[in-house]
Amino acid sequence: MLIKIPKSYQLKESAVTSEQIYRDRRSLLKQMGFLGAGALLASSTKSNAGVFDYFSKEESRQFITKPLNYAKSIKDQQVLTPEMKVITHNNFYEFGTKKSQPAELAQNFNVKPWQLTISGEVDNPITLDYDSLYKSFDLEERIYRLRCVEAWSMVIPWIGFSLAKLIKKASPNSKAKYVAFETLYDPEQMPGQASRRLGGGINYPYVEGLRLDEAMNPLTFMSVGLYGKTLPPQNGAPIRLVVPWKYGFKSIKSIVGIKLVEKQPASTWNLLAANEYGFYANVNPAVDHPRWSQASERRITTGGLFARNRIETHPFNGYGEEVASMYKNMDLRKNF
Amino acid sequence: MFVINYSKQFSTKSKSIALKFVIHLVSLLPLINLYYLAFTDNLGADPVEAVIHFTGIGAFNLLLLTLLVSPLAKKMKQGFIMNSRRLLGLYSFTYASCHVFNFFAFDLQFNLNLLLSEIIKRPYITIGMVAILLLTALAITSLNRIKRQMGKSWQKLHNYNYLIVLLVNTHFYWSVKSEIIEPIIYISVTLILLALRRQKLKLLFFNRK
Repeated sequence: MLIKIPKSYQLKESAVTSEQIYRDRRSLLKQMGFLGAGALLASSTKSNAGVFDYFSKEESRQFITKPLNYAKSIKDQQVLTPEMKVITHNNFYEFGTKKSQPAELAQNFNVKPWQLTISGEVDNPITLDYDSLYKSFDLEERIYRLRCVEAWSMVIPWIGFSLAKLIKKASPNSKAKYVAFETLYDPEQMPGQASRRLGGGINYPYVEGLRLDEAMNPLTFMSVGLYGKTLPPQNGAPIRLVVPWKYGFKSIKSIVGIKLVEKQPASTWNLLAANEYGFYANVNPAVDHPRWSQASERRITTGGLFARNRIETHPFNGYGEEVASMYKNMDLRKNF
Repeated sequence: MFVINYSKQFSTKSKSIALKFVIHLVSLLPLINLYYLAFTDNLGADPVEAVIHFTGIGAFNLLLLTLLVSPLAKKMKQGFIMNSRRLLGLYSFTYASCHVFNFFAFDLQFNLNLLLSEIIKRPYITIGMVAILLLTALAITSLNRIKRQMGKSWQKLHNYNYLIVLLVNTHFYWSVKSEIIEPIIYISVTLILLALRRQKLKLLFFNRK
């Protein structure tokens, strides 16, 4: 048996930290590590999140967006809306009516598996699953202005493909005159669909529509990403429409169905208040919303309260050259 | 006994001061915090919308609190609560003024023509402006000196608070896109508060005829 002779560095039992204190310290360190990791995760998608930090700590998980391969857009003079603002200021009533709610309530949204069907008056119906959303067509970046009917706007670098390519692939027949779109209906995942209070009294699923020539216009875009990555759920993951010359509510999110049809399809906001939201909903400074002016808008970029960001609104959101000819024989005051 | 004496140590005056202190705190601190976050661009993507909504709903909450004061004071038999009514009213006016200023300064960015056309063209803004003008009249006449000079007509003027609260309800209800549940909750609370003083309202209505 070895006889122990304590060395100077060997402490007596009395010096041992009590187990309680030890445990408290471990759990404190654990919490710090957890919070630290949480902060890292949060900062990867939204640096400077500010007040939004409060909920990101409570979230059980953050929706993961992945980098995409795409052809970059030529940079123009427009100042982009910062990514943090694009992904935290959303009208997506399926996840709550407040602008900040979708970013809070959509993080657990499941996009895998996903099915997007193109059907109706087509010779070749198509079903795209999650992976083929990104693989069926070459992806390109488009920097578009987005003008909300509430008179604010953003400039967003979308990634996706022309809707025309998708429709051509389905080869519409001669009866196809309009295109009807439908958002996923899943009240278990979309709290706004389950609760009238959160969902703003809309009858879900959200539906939208375009005339076939509008849908085939080269500007009309199916977006699967923004700012170089796949779409976050609050922006309409995994796939959404972007129609830059129309008010934002036309650009339907999280699409599961595209149907080529003969008659003008229903659209959600038009059903809710036909005197306020038309089927066409082309951006038009000359036709006011009954409750606010559409002559100007506030461009959301940076600068806080003192950002002098009120700018003139342009007909067709400035895309008149590309789209005005489609409406040349129409009274846009009636067909607002 | 000590216990009884102890409770009596708080005079009505000190209780009243304590209540006012709390009202100052809970009214001022959120407002300072709000503008600090908004000026530094830390109030979400659209700080303009955020400050407009916060001050609007804040003014409305404070206005409803002024209507709660007298029923509460009667119910609890605590007269000192009544002393806080003017302060609540003045804070409601402060928030409402910030609300209008936010709209004009940060949303319309001092475009006077746009402000005037919006006031004329949009019923919910017209109604909101009427409410703030009436509220301004109540705020100015809340000074003791003016109150004394006005005599009986002071109460007559301040009964317009009931009209103001109805206007503000309409303003809120008409301003939303489709999310009407919150405005409906406010309407319900208003109706309850008015029902608590139905005798007085009946009298008011009756005397006018």
